[in-house]
Amino acid sequence: MTTPATPPPLPQAPRAPHQHPPQGWEGGGPGLYASPIPVRTPGLGDAIASEWTKIRSVRSTMWTLGVMVVLLLGVGLLAAFAVSKSDAEMDGTPVLSLGFFGVLLGSICVITLGVLTIASEYGTGMIRTTLTACPSRARMLIAKSVVFFLLSFTITTVTTGVVGVLQTAMLDGGTPSADDWLRSTVGVGLYVAMLGLLSLALGALIRHSAGAITIMIAVVLLPLVLAMFMFSQSLARVQQALFEYSIPNQLGALYDASMTTSGPSGWEPLWVILGVTAVAMAGAFVSLDRRDV
Amino acid sequence: MIELDGLTKRFGNKVAVDHLSCRIRPGMVTGFLGPNGAGKSTTMRMMLDLDNPTGGSVRIDGKHYRELQEPLKHIGALLDAKSMHGGRSAYNNLLCLAQSNRIPASRVSHVLDTVGLSAVAGKKSKGFSLGMGQRLGIAAALLGDPEILMFDEPVNGLDPEGIHWIRNLMKALASDGRTIFVSSHLMSEMALTADHLIVIGQGRLLADTSMADFIQENSRSYVRMRSPEQERLRDALHSAGIVAVEAGNGTLEIDAATTEQLGEFAAGHGIVLHELSSQRASLEEAFMQMTAGSVEYHAHSDSDGRQPPPVGPHWGDQWNQQAGTAPGDDPKGV
Repeated sequence: MTTPATPPPLPQAPRAPHQHPPQGWEGGGPGLYASPIPVRTPGLGDAIASEWTKIRSVRSTMWTLGVMVVLLLGVGLLAAFAVSKSDAEMDGTPVLSLGFFGVLLGSICVITLGVLTIASEYGTGMIRTTLTACPSRARMLIAKSVVFFLLSFTITTVTTGVVGVLQTAMLDGGTPSADDWLRSTVGVGLYVAMLGLLSLALGALIRHSAGAITIMIAVVLLPLVLAMFMFSQSLARVQQALFEYSIPNQLGALYDASMTTSGPSGWEPLWVILGVTAVAMAGAFVSLDRRDV
Repeated sequence: MIELDGLTKRFGNKVAVDHLSCRIRPGMVTGFLGPNGAGKSTTMRMMLDLDNPTGGSVRIDGKHYRELQEPLKHIGALLDAKSMHGGRSAYNNLLCLAQSNRIPASRVSHVLDTVGLSAVAGKKSKGFSLGMGQRLGIAAALLGDPEILMFDEPVNGLDPEGIHWIRNLMKALASDGRTIFVSSHLMSEMALTADHLIVIGQGRLLADTSMADFIQENSRSYVRMRSPEQERLRDALHSAGIVAVEAGNGTLEIDAATTEQLGEFAAGHGIVLHELSSQRASLEEAFMQMTAGSVEYHAHSDSDGRQPPPVGPHWGDQWNQQAGTAPGDDPKGV
């Protein structure tokens, strides 16, 4: 039953589309169609252009980043306003650290966008189309990461910069050093964008938007909450580590306003998150490469 | 040209595709047939490197899918209408695909025009009807003007005008010399479009043949006779050693004789006939016979104890049964 019957005769010659010049035909055998569209090997740049079109053409990008900018500006300025009205002493804490609260809230938006960048493709089925067009999982993942990272880094850095300038103008604190400025703008921008990349990697692993966002929020909040309830003396060291390495505390360290005196300080939080994100990204790549879509 | 070589896919204990080997040749429409759950979509997904085969391989123009530098220019696929981001406009959905393969943006407007979606190019695709979604998926498949086109149940959700359109589109694409591979469970539709058939059941290749040969090999041709003197006709046939099967409505069906022989036979016995016609099973019946056989053949491995569907003219029973009714349900009661 499975014996193939004699194949029907192939058409004698392909009918050339009249409007196309004959050089479009690249010596295809009889019956083979050759497209008149020139073949130009695409690369990572083309994948990045494609991902940029994707990220700018959905509402969720505008919503998440818009809300983040509003949070950063709103909470940052509100904090500065409250401090300026209360006549509280500012000389103990650096002025720029008032931006911390807005960034902590705003990072949730970046987490959401990071997860959505890849998990929404699984939710909608777009991933099948994407990977049909770009079968290289590595190229797709790198293109998504580059576009998302540059976008969230730029928005965060610019907004934290604006908030910092406004806060220093409103309050008479000590003048922040150039390193303070760099850490609380570029440093925070890098940290938040890296946190977003971690979310993107988790989105690629979990393939479910709500699940990955929930896990990421837990990653941000849970260590701190857990540490608060570790009253037992035997757990003191665990408690200390959880405090030191919790994401809010790491963000605070970039502002020189961490809750702990030990643990990462200065630029160190960036190296920590870089390491974690690199591991997650490697996992995301292996998962994309091995698993069925 | 697509070549499948011993392609196998296992999901746990369930074998979805079982050592499937065949070639899909250019210049014609190849129909890919099988009941729901036969492994058609899984096979297509493995062709596109979306699912990893458990064994065997797929070659597209001699290459593995991941080796294709600009896949959209080799192969365009419509897997299902829901493979787009609904929050994105039709134009942007296609633009991002075009960019990833260095296809000029002018092609996007061109293919939207081809499928008749130019007027809604700026609209979000989640507002599209099923038929419009199918057209958008077909536009995506045509984007790179590929040599191979693969459509998974393309007429789903299309109105009669749309069905007519896609039928002609597939024929026109095949006559350009392209390889057209189309899956469907609408047998009547296949009869009108496909030149060649690949039939699978439970992941196994059941037939790889031309449309005409498929019908020839798998359908029963018989002669139908109807007479007001049916008892006398039966007795006469019986005594002449001709096997006649009563088919209801006072008709008899005879396999092993021609209309000429039977007409002369009746005239010789002086029996009045109201009908004497040669009948041939349709493609649908041929397909039903073939896949019903496969279900019966594999009944022992059928864990849910599903009854083999009755072979008969009730087209659609099998689908109803396989579409998820409880095992053991009378298919006619659905």
